[in-house]
Amino acid sequence: MSNLSSLSYYIPELIIILAILLVIILDVIPACKKYTFSLSLGAILLASVFLWQSYGESHGLFMGMISIDPFSHFFKMIFLLSTFSIILISRYEKQLDSKYSAEYNALLMIVLLGMFLMSSSINLIMIYLSIELVSIPSYILAGMLKNDKESNEASLKYVIFGSFASGLMLFGLSILYGITGSTDIGVITAALQTIDYPLSIYFPLILILVGFGYKISMVPFHFWTPDVYEGAPTPITAFLSVAPKAAGFAILIRVFYTMFTIDGSVSATLPLANINWPAIIAVASAITMTLGNLLAVQQEDVKRMLAYSSISHVGFMLMAFTIVSPDAVRAIMFYLFIYLFMNLSAFYMAIFASNKLNAHHIDDWDGLGKRNPILCAFMALTLISLTGLPPTAGFVGKFYIFAELFKHQQFYWLAVVAILNSVVALFYYFKIVKSMYLVEGDGAHDKIVAHPVVNWSIILFSAQNLLFFIYWEPLIGFIEKSISLWSG
Amino acid sequence: MDSLQSYLVIAAILFSMGIYGVITRKNAVAILMGIELILNSANINFIAFNRFGGMANLDGHVFSIFVIVLAAAEAAVALAIVINLFKNVGSVDVDDADLLKG
Repeated sequence: MSNLSSLSYYIPELIIILAILLVIILDVIPACKKYTFSLSLGAILLASVFLWQSYGESHGLFMGMISIDPFSHFFKMIFLLSTFSIILISRYEKQLDSKYSAEYNALLMIVLLGMFLMSSSINLIMIYLSIELVSIPSYILAGMLKNDKESNEASLKYVIFGSFASGLMLFGLSILYGITGSTDIGVITAALQTIDYPLSIYFPLILILVGFGYKISMVPFHFWTPDVYEGAPTPITAFLSVAPKAAGFAILIRVFYTMFTIDGSVSATLPLANINWPAIIAVASAITMTLGNLLAVQQEDVKRMLAYSSISHVGFMLMAFTIVSPDAVRAIMFYLFIYLFMNLSAFYMAIFASNKLNAHHIDDWDGLGKRNPILCAFMALTLISLTGLPPTAGFVGKFYIFAELFKHQQFYWLAVVAILNSVVALFYYFKIVKSMYLVEGDGAHDKIVAHPVVNWSIILFSAQNLLFFIYWEPLIGFIEKSISLWSG
Repeated sequence: MDSLQSYLVIAAILFSMGIYGVITRKNAVAILMGIELILNSANINFIAFNRFGGMANLDGHVFSIFVIVLAAAEAAVALAIVINLFKNVGSVDVDDADLLKG
């Protein structure tokens, strides 16, 4: 579709672009400064209305640069929901300087735009541009606390790891371009069918996997994750652990399923069938979840522990990625959606604790269960869900992934590793529960009340874990409609 | 000399030098220079493939222009972060940034 006629299918993104520009302009007019917060939230709501209206359409826009389809729509809803919630909660976070709130919101919306493009790009140029559009504002956001040494260090580590990984990926993309002669992933797929030396594709494939692996923090490209998550302001940590990770999975699924499968399965006629990329992913998945869990056990800092736990969750999602079938994509997308609620509510609880008690260590949470019983009960529910035990949505998500693994009768060893890992996860998640309920605090028994926005964010996000355990049918139906791209 | 191979060899050498720089240097600015080398080696690849590969369109050239723009943006942000670190820690040595570990 030509550029001009593409614009009418591009309204949600256009709204976000306009809102970013308006927020930056209003920020320099003293009288209008206070409207930037409501403007950003309003723009995100408006964009979601337009996105919802256009659900089900499927077009290639801007001369085949990006593709609007139900698959990208599903991810865009995750991005909108998480960005909306993060912008809202950041206003009630004590660490952040409200002087910079307009810049902060504008940067978050630039990341949002980048993630929109990431989930829908079908051209190597767009893939690289959108990953950078997500990364560069994230470096600034991680260092938002300008006078905090830990925040400085987090952003330095993030920028070095991030640009190194994207440099490696770019080199891989250039070789891929040289081998296939095109930047369009559809044309690349066709060119790969007739390639003379299938072995030559390994090198670019692994380099590209570095770039994507860094975005989803897959071992061995995870080194930045714990440091950045610990040093960055807590709302940004919550954001980075959910939204860019979902975007990384979106682009990983799209690129691998388009390039290396035919109609969503590995075909024997494909010369590339001898490249056993599911086995590479299976090993990476096993190492990712084991390392993430084992290192999480010894952490004392709540944010750092949640960072390692998010690495292990990535390992779980990659487990479904080893199976090449539309059903496995469905399992990953379901897990991502559940993971959004689990992780955000856990991090919001960390925001509550650091706002009220200046608590960063697990020990600082001692006796919190008596001081705010309702929130702690919901936090316990979230932690059960993160472990993957019933009666929570985390169990359903893990169930779908295990079901895929057993249905295809491959990689049984991976399932064993995953089950052992769940036991380890139980141990460190319940360290928090133990600290909240079983350990006596330092004597203070007065009640602590969270700000209503923080309070209801935790309760609403955490309650989803119960809701999707009882009633997940509509969500699975919605996801199945969204992946009709591959299931035909 | 005017062949695809010689350009690819130069790109590969630049790429290896970039990785070597990133891994061995302790100075944050030197690490960023290594990253620039990696990005530019990919640029040479794109342009060489486009020039000698018999491609119908100019995708490779366009790609390299975008990469140049992004490299500038990335360098601007990275240097701002390094300056901010220097103000607070008093050093641009990455070994001095060791508060977060474990």
